[in-house]
Amino acid sequence: MKRILVLLLVAPALAWAAEEGPKLDAAPVNLSDHASLQRGAAIFVNHCLNCHSATAMRYGRLEDLGLTQQQIEQNLLFTTERVGDTMSPPIDPDLYKTAFGVVPPDLSLIARSRSADWLYTYLRSFYRDPNSKTGWNNLVFPSVAMPHVLWKYQGQQKLEISTRIDEVTGDRIETYRLVPGEPGTLSPVAYDRYVGDLVNYLVFMSEPAQETRRMWGVVVLLFLAGFFVLTMLLKKEYWKDVR
Amino acid sequence: MAATEKTPVTGAGPFNGALTWIDQRFPLMSLWREHLSEYYAPKNFNFWYYFGSIALLVLVIQIVSGIFLTMNYKPDSREAFASVEYIMRDVPAGWLIRYIHSTGASFFFISVYLHMARGLMYGSYRKPRELIWIFGMVIYLTLMGEAFFGYLLPWGQMSYWGAQVIVNLFGTVPFVGEGLAVWIRGDYNISDATLNRFFALHVAALPLALVGLVAAHLMALHEVGSNNPDGIEIKKNLDPRTGRPLDGIPFHPYYTVKDLMGVAVFLIVFSAVIFFAPELDGFFLEANNFIPANPLKTPQEIAPVWYFTPYYAILRAVPPMFDSKFPGVAVMGVAVLILFALPWLDRGRVKSIRYRGPRWKVAFAIFVLAFLVLGYLGVHPITVWGTFAEGVPLVGGGYIAVWVARLFTLLYFLFFLAMPWYTAHDREKPEPQRVTW
Repeated sequence: MKRILVLLLVAPALAWAAEEGPKLDAAPVNLSDHASLQRGAAIFVNHCLNCHSATAMRYGRLEDLGLTQQQIEQNLLFTTERVGDTMSPPIDPDLYKTAFGVVPPDLSLIARSRSADWLYTYLRSFYRDPNSKTGWNNLVFPSVAMPHVLWKYQGQQKLEISTRIDEVTGDRIETYRLVPGEPGTLSPVAYDRYVGDLVNYLVFMSEPAQETRRMWGVVVLLFLAGFFVLTMLLKKEYWKDVR
Repeated sequence: MAATEKTPVTGAGPFNGALTWIDQRFPLMSLWREHLSEYYAPKNFNFWYYFGSIALLVLVIQIVSGIFLTMNYKPDSREAFASVEYIMRDVPAGWLIRYIHSTGASFFFISVYLHMARGLMYGSYRKPRELIWIFGMVIYLTLMGEAFFGYLLPWGQMSYWGAQVIVNLFGTVPFVGEGLAVWIRGDYNISDATLNRFFALHVAALPLALVGLVAAHLMALHEVGSNNPDGIEIKKNLDPRTGRPLDGIPFHPYYTVKDLMGVAVFLIVFSAVIFFAPELDGFFLEANNFIPANPLKTPQEIAPVWYFTPYYAILRAVPPMFDSKFPGVAVMGVAVLILFALPWLDRGRVKSIRYRGPRWKVAFAIFVLAFLVLGYLGVHPITVWGTFAEGVPLVGGGYIAVWVARLFTLLYFLFFLAMPWYTAHDREKPEPQRVTW
């Protein structure tokens, strides 16, 4: 009986814990899709790199995505950089501290600290908020300092709050939903793909060697499987005279 | 001493001459015989006996991969984080070396925990092997220090705040605490000075200590001989002709080839993690540690890496007393140190789980469960299971996870403190004369 009581006590807490935080959408990450990664790299360089840096990432590493050095130089570099340089913003990040109150974080490892799903949901969850400093707010990251940089593509979403009263507890429950406002240049589906490419690139950039790593993993495991068979036969051969 | 008195080495083909030359100047052949070809180990070792040699292998892997990391890592608070990323991106195969080292840290603890569990199950700490156990415990403590110092080096948020929390624990010691914490850090906060000294301890002091302690652990083992899953002494049954244990087989070649097979399986599991899941879902590499250390921004959750979590849960389970968190720190310290006393707490007449009585078996099962539950709770915030309803006697309004941790902390200690009683009064089974095979 006591056990049942404890379970009953625990159950609501568990249900609450599961609902905590916004639900994240699964990011369409595919690191073998080089076309997507190249598009993502272009979006990143054109839109993110104006304020953020990626100081661990060298432009030259984009050759891993099938780009030539010339293509990188002509399409992705600002005036003064070289292919061997790391991705730093053209303006001193500290200036942005004056504008937004924070230094925009370095994005080299953002996909590893935040996760791809978080980034994918975050970049699609901006909405118009007249009460915030930038005029923008975000469902995933409330009161975020960054304005909606990609608003021209997505358009201006609005927040819709619906309230209902829970019949059992009498609690007021608020549900938040984003609804389309003024449309952008991309359709919702196209914008999802656009952000998907960007997040795909951010995942690549957070660990450029990961495809190589998985490839070598297969080779190493195959080798070790053979090694294991040899050691097993060796052991059997020696141990057959142990009685 | 005329060097030529020793008999020439035979059986090594073209190397006979060279080996003879060395053997006449260095105890090469006697060392080889004493520790390998004529070290007689029980023939009935099972699965649990792989983890000693595997732990030794991981030590070597950590030392070698660590040397290569040291070539490119910068122990400087302004450069450390970036230098790790430099290793991950610009050093050829640097990502591999780094993942070998970070995964190796966790696998070191996995093998050591399984190795210790083996010792508990088969009574390997009992007379005459008390000193092997003591050396092993000192290795375990040194390893904890090694892991703790090493975890600061990537200079991520978890590195920084984890070190902050652990060093602050020393600050709770009455009277001398504050001075002690400053002495450890070399500063009033975790800082560049701390990073430099932790680097020195991680790459020089503790590895040296570990290698020496492992040598002592093995020498003590080879002095008294290995225990086995039956917990009986193979030296009691000697072959009257040769004087060798009837149930013993030479370590080399029998256990060298068997351990080699174990190593192959270990390397498969180890590589699977390195190449396909080096973060292991945040258990081996935490997401927050990919953010550079920021002394002004405390992360919401500061959780230690999984291998410290049972003790972390014990720390959190003890409430502050007299406005001091020291009681929790002390209880946590005793939880580790009490393992030293094991050889003298156990008063059973048999050593192995196979012949132990029901009381010991129940106590051991509870102990294993307590260790696992505490480990689980240490990973999660205390809010993980919510709170008891207000009005429940004693625990009303308290966090369920904290009370469960308290219960299992108590059981953890009871395993040791009640051991002299339940091992002395248990229905044990008779041990066999010879090993079960």
